[in-house]
Amino acid sequence: MKSSLRRNKWALILLLALPAIGLSYAAAMNQLGPDPADVLVAETGEWTIRLLCLTLFISPLASLLRSRSSFRPLPYRRIIGVATWVYGVLHLLCYSAFLLAFQWGDIGAELIERPYITVGFAAVLLMTPLAITSTDGMVRKLKKRWKSLHKLIYIVALLAVAHIVWQIRSDAGEAIVYSLIIACLLLWRFVDSRRAKALSLRSTIN
Amino acid sequence: MLITKPNDVLSSEITPESVYLNRRKFVGASGSLLLGGALAACGKTEQAEAKVSEPPSDLAALEFSAVKKDAANPFYTTEALTPYADVARYNNFYEFGTGKDDPYKYASALTTNPWQVKVDGEVAKPGTYNLEDILAKNPLEERIYRLRCVEAWSMVIPWVGFPLGAMLQQFEPTSDAKYVKFETLVRKEEMRGQRSFSSTIDWPYEEGLRMDEAMHPLSFMATGLYGREIPKQNGAPLRLVMPWKYGFKSIKSIVRISFSKRQPATSWQQIAPHEYGFYANVNPEVDHPRWSQASERRLPSSLFEPNRIETRLFNGYAEQVAGLYSGMNLVRYY
Repeated sequence: MKSSLRRNKWALILLLALPAIGLSYAAAMNQLGPDPADVLVAETGEWTIRLLCLTLFISPLASLLRSRSSFRPLPYRRIIGVATWVYGVLHLLCYSAFLLAFQWGDIGAELIERPYITVGFAAVLLMTPLAITSTDGMVRKLKKRWKSLHKLIYIVALLAVAHIVWQIRSDAGEAIVYSLIIACLLLWRFVDSRRAKALSLRSTIN
Repeated sequence: MLITKPNDVLSSEITPESVYLNRRKFVGASGSLLLGGALAACGKTEQAEAKVSEPPSDLAALEFSAVKKDAANPFYTTEALTPYADVARYNNFYEFGTGKDDPYKYASALTTNPWQVKVDGEVAKPGTYNLEDILAKNPLEERIYRLRCVEAWSMVIPWVGFPLGAMLQQFEPTSDAKYVKFETLVRKEEMRGQRSFSSTIDWPYEEGLRMDEAMHPLSFMATGLYGREIPKQNGAPLRLVMPWKYGFKSIKSIVRISFSKRQPATSWQQIAPHEYGFYANVNPEVDHPRWSQASERRLPSSLFEPNRIETRLFNGYAEQVAGLYSGMNLVRYY
């Protein structure tokens, strides 16, 4: 049982690395078209938001499966969460390196002057302590504080939505889809925590 | 005295892009020994890529007078041409989708024959003109222009077409015609981008110019590029080319031209008036609120040698067009 979990985790890591491997390969082979920088920045950004949604989907999925299946998704959440951060960092790096050629002055100016970049940067920054504290040792060390610290992911999700909505130009489709997904995922938590409170209240009365 | 002029040879002729691509691909691929098996397959796609750098032969070859290859000629530039494959596969034409290759993928659905242009407003000869009749009156010539997209990328394209001013004169605009407005075709069944539920564009796409801008010798109507008829994804059969303005001013697949006394509303201005002005002259000093316009990526660009160049006022055509805007506050009238 334990070894199968281990195997699954490695398979998941490999799976999550595939987009990055595919993009690197396409970049090395010059298959990203005439403006590869733009494609890399867009693609790494897309994968960050997709994985963020997936991370947030794990706990609703776990509660959905609880009585219906023996599959437990929760042990995989940490890997997906860390992968979200990795893609976020790659997104930021591609932007800084390939679009701005590491011109620090330009990067600083963009961070200050363009609010959608500011919020995107803040989202990656806020994910960093979450990634650092994702080890078993850190979970034990931080105890209860670990849980409150990791609630930062909700702020990250809202910043990510702002980052996307702020970029709408002629088509709002993608922004609408991601906003709705994240709204649903956050709403589920709100409803779930209310229900949990009501349940615990009832049990204390009884 | 024998002096060879450097501009006798186009830089695109010196370095054929297929050779350039081959070299990079060869270096990249040979570095990864493990991918040896994949190499053969890549070699094949590479050859296919090299072929599409020439316009396909199903696009009719055009008869036109070639541009005078003189560095001082504003209708010409010595800068390297953007390869055909990039011009044809990477552009914005939201009627076919918002992806950069959506026009290339989906524009084949468009019917461009027959094609008519409606002319109305402050004009002595209003009516609906067949494209053939317009073409019969306007001999074709070549122009090699820089094209600067508002998204901070740029290309150099050899267009074929005719001066916009000459065509407009044939409709005999009245003295009340101070502005000219253009409209793109609306045909939802052929233009899938127009069927998108989430588009913020209120079709038809509309663009406009001040009459003196429209009559400027640089203003151009393109019906072809790279010596052949213009591919559908690039705005067939008739599109505007305004080299000193951001690309979105160069409206594609035109079906209506209206002359008016008052400044017309344009599509981007209606979507985001604080981001896109009526003039939309290329100006490195006036940033788009969401990104800088100080520099641009001249395509094709690569990751580690990004072809990042400084953007020039009026896209380098200041000498020709600055007079149109003398005394005007270019920050206010962006």
